[in-house]
Amino acid sequence: MSALPLLALRSVWNRRGTAALTVFSIAVSVALLLGVLHLREDARRSFANTVSGTDLVVGARSSPLSLLLYAVFHVGEATQSVSYASYEKVARHPDVAWAVPVALGDSHRGFRVLGTEASYFEHWRYGRGRALAFDAGAPFVDLYDAVLGAEVAARLGYHLGDRIVIAHGLGEVSFAEHADKPFRVAGILARTGTPVDRAVHVSLEGLAAMHLDWQSGAQAPPGERVSAEAARAADLRPQRITAFMVGMRSKSTVLVMQRALNEYRGEALTAIIPGVALTQLWELVGVAETALLVVAACVVVAGLLGMLTAILTSLNERRREMAILRSVGARPLDVFALLLLEAALLAAAGAVAGVGLMYAALAGSAPLLARRFGVVLEIGALTPYDAALLAGVVVASLVIGAVPALNAYRRSLADGLTIRL
Amino acid sequence: MPPSPAIDLEAIEYAWQRGRPVLDVPRFTVAAGERLFLTGPSGSGKSTLLGLIGGVLAPGRGRVSILGTDLAALGGARRDAFRAAHVGFIFQMFNLLPYLSVLENVVLPARFSRERRERAGEPRREATRLLAALGLDDAELLGRGVTELSIGQQQRVAAARALLGRPALIVADEPTSSLDWATRQSFLTLLMQECRAAGSTLLFVSHDLTLGAQFDRTVALADLNRAAGP
Repeated sequence: MSALPLLALRSVWNRRGTAALTVFSIAVSVALLLGVLHLREDARRSFANTVSGTDLVVGARSSPLSLLLYAVFHVGEATQSVSYASYEKVARHPDVAWAVPVALGDSHRGFRVLGTEASYFEHWRYGRGRALAFDAGAPFVDLYDAVLGAEVAARLGYHLGDRIVIAHGLGEVSFAEHADKPFRVAGILARTGTPVDRAVHVSLEGLAAMHLDWQSGAQAPPGERVSAEAARAADLRPQRITAFMVGMRSKSTVLVMQRALNEYRGEALTAIIPGVALTQLWELVGVAETALLVVAACVVVAGLLGMLTAILTSLNERRREMAILRSVGARPLDVFALLLLEAALLAAAGAVAGVGLMYAALAGSAPLLARRFGVVLEIGALTPYDAALLAGVVVASLVIGAVPALNAYRRSLADGLTIRL
Repeated sequence: MPPSPAIDLEAIEYAWQRGRPVLDVPRFTVAAGERLFLTGPSGSGKSTLLGLIGGVLAPGRGRVSILGTDLAALGGARRDAFRAAHVGFIFQMFNLLPYLSVLENVVLPARFSRERRERAGEPRREATRLLAALGLDDAELLGRGVTELSIGQQQRVAAARALLGRPALIVADEPTSSLDWATRQSFLTLLMQECRAAGSTLLFVSHDLTLGAQFDRTVALADLNRAAGP
């Protein structure tokens, strides 16, 4: 090994306490910067992958973003519902190829319960037009059949035939359960990386059966309750749903249908094109993203300035070291390069540690993000942009490291072989 | 034709502050292979003189010729290269890099100078030989950090480093001032032997006049330096 890299390595190791703190501060800042970028990209990809092939999402009159979030991503709650009759009317329209209703509002151990029809499994697409597939079982047939998303089955350890009880409302812990009408796991979907993985799918009739003896969020008194078997004989035709998805026969009719639905006289509806609504979402959060990136970049600069302080403060006590190096043949330029190398080493170590820290943080936060915000993180390899950013951090460290390096260069010229105070 | 003197300073003047020279030396020569004892009190300009001889400082006027080379004629980088190739330094104390092992400290000049590296042959083997010759023959010691050594052992390591690659000139700046009498004598004897074996000129600076008798010649800087006032 040539002299300077060895000297830089050993010198940094000799001051490993301070160096570790410097590396840690750079690592935290790099992790923050890369984390923000990855989170942004993963969130966008996750949202964009969630729905595919659906031309319109229709719900009660609300903001397009709100409708998109609760109907597709299962984030937040709908404040109003849509009549099933309106859904049926739209579904029968000659330009509509398919329509699938969804009803949300109940949950099972923190996972959303989605009431729908069996055709949901046929028409719902994600990613680039990928259809849902079953890891086990099949779509629901019986009134009390449930189809679990992959994450639900994996997290809760459910298998086909297991009985599950659905809770009233969306809380993670519920004291109001539909315990008298348990559902049987009839199918488990293959993993999709979308909110489908975290949903429990039941039929709209099943939902209606559960709520037969419920009013205003509470179950009827014991004498007025309807048993699971008795419910089978009841009129279970759905009355209200949360939203419905529409696939048009021709893309050219999407805008016309959207306008028609937004002006629908039967009830106040909002129809959105998922891609357009997503674009609006990105525009909305774009400013916040940029602000977050600027803050993250400032933290990186602060980390590098911390390194500058650490090197500068060590310079005075290292003047004898520089004089020794000069006596064995080091040029002032070697002294300059040594200090610069040390800065680059610290920054490179910080960058590498920062990448590790970022992956650890993403892995740690992935379940929470998935559950709370429906964002599925795909923790992949670094992108060329990430690599360029990391290189940028090292280059910035060289620029900042030039300050103490120049200082040491000048001092070594002035000091020569002895230290002049 | 007689060989060029190892050190030849002519009409040298050097001032850290303008108009206040600390060195004003009309002539100072040291013959090749000579072992010269230079003495002077603190602040008499000894370190400045060594800086000029090492080519780290450039005189305000005059000529510094080392081993027949006029240092003023060389640019800064070439002066550094010349020093690395031909001059070995030993300082008073703390003159080893604390983060390198004994062996790494000794081979350091060979990393900065190709000539020293080539003359040393196998630098690590030569370093081991020099250390053994200077009384540090414990193989386990070579990999140790220098801060684990006694002051006397550190000075021997510094001497081995200065001697590596047989530089023509060894400059020792009060290398024995922090050693006890017995260690000082032992160190001096070994240093002399190795300088003789390498054919190196030795410029030994100290204010301890009792050492002077062991050298070929003793020079008081005050006798040379017209700037040294009473």
